[in-house]
Amino acid sequence: MKRLLIALLGSVLLVGAAVVFTVAARQGSATDEPAAEQLTLAPGQLLFRDTGTGRVASVPVSDPGGPRRVSGLECDRFAVARRTAVCLTARPGVLPAVTDVRVLDANLAVRHQESLPGAPSRARVSPDGKIVHWTLFVTGDSYAATGFSTRSGLYEVETGRLVKTIEELPVYTGDRRYFAADVNYWGTTFAPDGTRFYATLGSRGKTYLVEADYARYQGKVVRENVECPSLSPDGTRVAFKKRVSDGVWRLAVLDLATLEETELAETRGVDDQALWQDDTTVLYGLDDGVWAVPADGTGGSRRLAEHAASPAVTG
Amino acid sequence: MYIAASRTPDLATGIDPAPVKRRVPANVLALGAVSLVTDVSSEMVTAVLPLYLVLGLGLNPLQFGLLDGLYAGATAVVRVLGGHLADRWRRLKAVAGLGYGLSAVCKLGLLAAGSSVAAIGVVLAADRTGKGLRTGPRDALISLSSDPAALGRSFGVHRALDTVGALLGPVAAMGVLAVSLGSYPAVFFTSFCVAAVGVLLLVLFVRDRPGTADRAAVSPGAALELLRRGDFRRIVVWAAALGLVTVGDAFLYLVLQRRWDVPVAFFPLLPLGTAAVYLLLAVPIGRLADRIGRWPVFLGGHAALGAALVVVCGPVSGPSLAVLALALHGVFYAATDGVLMAAAGPVVPAELRATGFAVVQTGQAVARMASSVLFGLAWTVWGPRPAVLVAAGALTVVVAAAAVVRPVRS
Repeated sequence: MKRLLIALLGSVLLVGAAVVFTVAARQGSATDEPAAEQLTLAPGQLLFRDTGTGRVASVPVSDPGGPRRVSGLECDRFAVARRTAVCLTARPGVLPAVTDVRVLDANLAVRHQESLPGAPSRARVSPDGKIVHWTLFVTGDSYAATGFSTRSGLYEVETGRLVKTIEELPVYTGDRRYFAADVNYWGTTFAPDGTRFYATLGSRGKTYLVEADYARYQGKVVRENVECPSLSPDGTRVAFKKRVSDGVWRLAVLDLATLEETELAETRGVDDQALWQDDTTVLYGLDDGVWAVPADGTGGSRRLAEHAASPAVTG
Repeated sequence: MYIAASRTPDLATGIDPAPVKRRVPANVLALGAVSLVTDVSSEMVTAVLPLYLVLGLGLNPLQFGLLDGLYAGATAVVRVLGGHLADRWRRLKAVAGLGYGLSAVCKLGLLAAGSSVAAIGVVLAADRTGKGLRTGPRDALISLSSDPAALGRSFGVHRALDTVGALLGPVAAMGVLAVSLGSYPAVFFTSFCVAAVGVLLLVLFVRDRPGTADRAAVSPGAALELLRRGDFRRIVVWAAALGLVTVGDAFLYLVLQRRWDVPVAFFPLLPLGTAAVYLLLAVPIGRLADRIGRWPVFLGGHAALGAALVVVCGPVSGPSLAVLALALHGVFYAATDGVLMAAAGPVVPAELRATGFAVVQTGQAVARMASSVLFGLAWTVWGPRPAVLVAAGALTVVVAAAAVVRPVRS
């Protein structure tokens, strides 16, 4: 009887503590938020996720330290090109995770929405603004064991064609087709004319840079140890994450003609898909900020914005 | 005929000699309640961890994979150590409690670790250590608290309660996320509180090793000593051999998904199907094992897995067959997980029970890890369907061999 009483009392106390903590967390997150401003994709802006509010914000590219305008659009990942933007949001409180992929027009109004399983990882828009593509992080593929996989998909804005996962893409190493059960793709990037794309292929503990012909829908392995490729505006180089040791990546640029690698001046570990501001500068998120570094390995990194992630530049 | 016969000769004939005590021992129910509550706690974290790491902390999938897989091997060693210490100190409850307590504290560790990936890695390793520590002593307590003739039922009851917790965990996490407006710390803190309730229940209601234990010395080499016993060694070896031809869940679900083109949104629901069948059948199959022998049921479970593999690759297609495959997969779990412990119990002396269980479980776990590597290779070389069919063939051969050789008899 006494034990029962102690158990009851202890359980009530512990559950009570959990309830108090949970409710307090709710009130903590509901602090007064800034009023939403209407943003557009007008040229000359650096757009990013304001990590304080979780919303898309804008500063002038020429004066990134200038006044920050915060929209009402909440995104975990955000990207733009031409007059198209994409916003990935994990649906709150849903397990396993579901991501809303929203395709936005030049006024950041929703043109199209897809809900797909997984958590947001990467988002991009092809340079011609016609293809929105993303990577989601999926778990729960097994009952007894945990594990992960990524699913990269794309959506053609004009035709409405949706490819939920590109993992069916036939890939060749030399002239032999590559087969494996554990193929994962992440970090896709499209060429300016929209005819070819690059992606990371992860399989059996290794990563490869795959170059794919979009129309023929066929890919080939270009190089090993390349993650999260990002094609330069002139289409000649790829900025990427190079794994230097377990869990540590360096930002580097690969010349596609010569296959020569140049490590960039950012010496800290970067875990992001880089973004080319122009042909000479790449941007990336690191330590709760957006940073810029020259693309030729010279100079040093500088911070463009604090409390920011997922940079995008309108041009 | 089979090992169940070594202690209770009449069971093998399928005739109940005397009415088995109707009531499930209180200690087994208490341990089941502890496991239920603890599983709610740990599955809450498991459900949100990927989201937290990838979205909250911005880890990429490869980093997550590293963090996740790094410590799987280490738990094997810890498990045997936990079993051994529990036997050596004659404190099954204390060592199990240490494991539960360590895992509970780790939930607070996740809060304290903040955004440091290294710290989170340490916390997750400690969490797995706790899980490894407690498994052997807990199963030993279940078996020592039960009538030897009703071991299968006891393990069935425990595993069913355990599975209820695993099913409730993600629901609880969703509830906390909804109320807290997406606060991960709130999930971790709630998970800690729930785990603490589990520890409280263990301390208050679980009794340590009922009955008198033999005072035989438990030497550090006890595990090796055990392996010299023929009947025990055969269980370890055959359980491992069967583990080696077992196809991992992930692969089965993948084949299912491709064959029936399951929408990816429903993919996470497949494991729930397995769990639901496991939950429903754990007790009935445990009782069946008590009646007709545990080893045949254990083999039957593997045969069910083989049948599931054939169904997913067979010539006939249809949604009802997908359901059948999932049901067979649930039968596989219900007839193997707890039943193996029930089978191993009678051949391990009471004073070495925790060590013995830990050795059996570790052998099986290591073999299954090796099997998933081998199967992955076969999948790559031959493609999914031939690989699954070959695996089903290998499984059939080993099950048949185990049935013919009858490795485990008195």
